[in-house]
Amino acid sequence: MIEIKNLYKGFNEEAVLKGINATFEQGKTNMIIGASGSGKSVFLKNMLGLFEPDDGEIIYSGESLLDMDIDRKSELRKEMGMLFQHSALFDSMTVEENIMFPLRMFSRMKLAERRERANEILERVNLVNLNKKMPSEISGGQQKRVALGRAIANNPQYLFCDEPNSGLDPKTATVIDQLIQEITHERNITTVIISHDMNSVMEIGETIVFLKDGLIAWEGSNKEIFKTDNEAVTDFVYSSDLFKKVRIAQNEGF
Amino acid sequence: MLIGVFKRPTKTSVLRELVLKEIDDLIIGSIGITAFISLFMGAVVALQTALNLDNPLIPKSLIGFATRQSIILEFAPTFISVIMAGKVGSYITSSIGTMRVTEQIDALEVMGINPLNYLIYPKIIALLFYPFLIAIIMFVGIFGGFLASVYGNLVSLEDFVVGLQDTFIPWHIAYAFIKTMVFGILLATIPSYHGYYMEGGALEVGKASTTSFVWTCVAIIVANYILTQILLTT
Ligand SMILES: Nc1ncnc2c1ncn2[C@@H]1O[C@H](COP(=O)(O)OP(=O)(O)OP(=O)(O)O)[C@@H](O)[C@H]1O
Ligand SMILES: [Mg+2]
Repeated sequence: MIEIKNLYKGFNEEAVLKGINATFEQGKTNMIIGASGSGKSVFLKNMLGLFEPDDGEIIYSGESLLDMDIDRKSELRKEMGMLFQHSALFDSMTVEENIMFPLRMFSRMKLAERRERANEILERVNLVNLNKKMPSEISGGQQKRVALGRAIANNPQYLFCDEPNSGLDPKTATVIDQLIQEITHERNITTVIISHDMNSVMEIGETIVFLKDGLIAWEGSNKEIFKTDNEAVTDFVYSSDLFKKVRIAQNEGF
Repeated sequence: MLIGVFKRPTKTSVLRELVLKEIDDLIIGSIGITAFISLFMGAVVALQTALNLDNPLIPKSLIGFATRQSIILEFAPTFISVIMAGKVGSYITSSIGTMRVTEQIDALEVMGINPLNYLIYPKIIALLFYPFLIAIIMFVGIFGGFLASVYGNLVSLEDFVVGLQDTFIPWHIAYAFIKTMVFGILLATIPSYHGYYMEGGALEVGKASTTSFVWTCVAIIVANYILTQILLTT
């Protein structure tokens, strides 16, 4: 479980996060949604300790991240997997080496075992026969999936995904969403997913926080999000015509 | 930064591999171009000395002597280091800088790896082998001088060799290699610093490489003066 208390973060006088409170539960797929530029990625990077918050607390299973010394922090980070918004694959390594990288660094696995694990993961993210390609030789959506593979390779306790299915076709996007949810349930880990894809929100949004103007404007689950009257949320959710029609159909039907 | 480089080290087997890769990239990969430059510079030094020798009282062997002195004392350690600041330095800055802007450094950090150690330590260790490169360069440079003078009929083989052996001071070799060590460390650290702490995007990577080249050159030239002052004038 990760608890965020009163988190503030700004850049050059300009506040991005203005007192965020949120809880991300273990064994669930927790989603952060919000408009582009609302500070979702900044929020996540604070949580990971990549940005120093201006104020507030970040608590991992009862232990404050900001009070940890660097050694404790690296220990904790070995339990983390992160999928960056722009993949952040190591461009000097092949696809396979990228996925094996955390295993190489932190496990006692032999090369053959690591290869086997990499193949297993590549299959799960729907990418086979790309083992020896360089990141620059595969598409953006494929890079995303390799990055997800790297994030889950070492069986993390905490999984963070910044827009895991942006740039993917609807079918692959669903596969990836389901994979993330499966892993979360299978291993009972804490998963935080940033998304603005309403399909994903509907599919796997077990808990949802909605970020607006630097604050949590709404929280709930995918069952509740289509029923809420919170104007900011409905504005966001029903910006797509499709969902508007779903809403109207629902209202007429019930 | 330097403290961070030596703290929380990466797994030894991984580090060993990284160091070997950097030696290959930074040192072995530079032999070709630096040897080429040095061969011709050695030849030009010999040629210039010969052309300016019109006083018959000065022995021809001076050509060998001048070639040796200028190659060993300044040309190989200093001039080649400035070339290396352009070749290796900007490579280091742009490769680390690209990793910074594409969040690869953040990715390392999130995995619990010390990126300073992972990225910079192997480069510093690799450049400790820099004196080997410079030793080769000295040899090639003098050989260039030899070719130009003997085959250009500027001086006889015997005279050239006499010049090479004239008033040989072992301390000069030590001085040259102490300088080389210092320049090697500058070549590893200054470009790494500029890459690691850069902000922005692809455009800034280019700017950082240029800035890093300028500062590395300035540092080498100033260090050269200070070291010469300390090591040779007492
Ligand atoms: N390193 C930084 N320096 C300065 N400002 C930044 C930095 N990173 C983010 N910001 C600012 O913080 C705000 C939120 O950015 P963030 O990347 O978190 O948006 P986001 O919600 O992830 O958007 P998107 O959905 O498009 O990814 C932006 O206005 C941006 O200008
Ligand atoms: Mg973002």
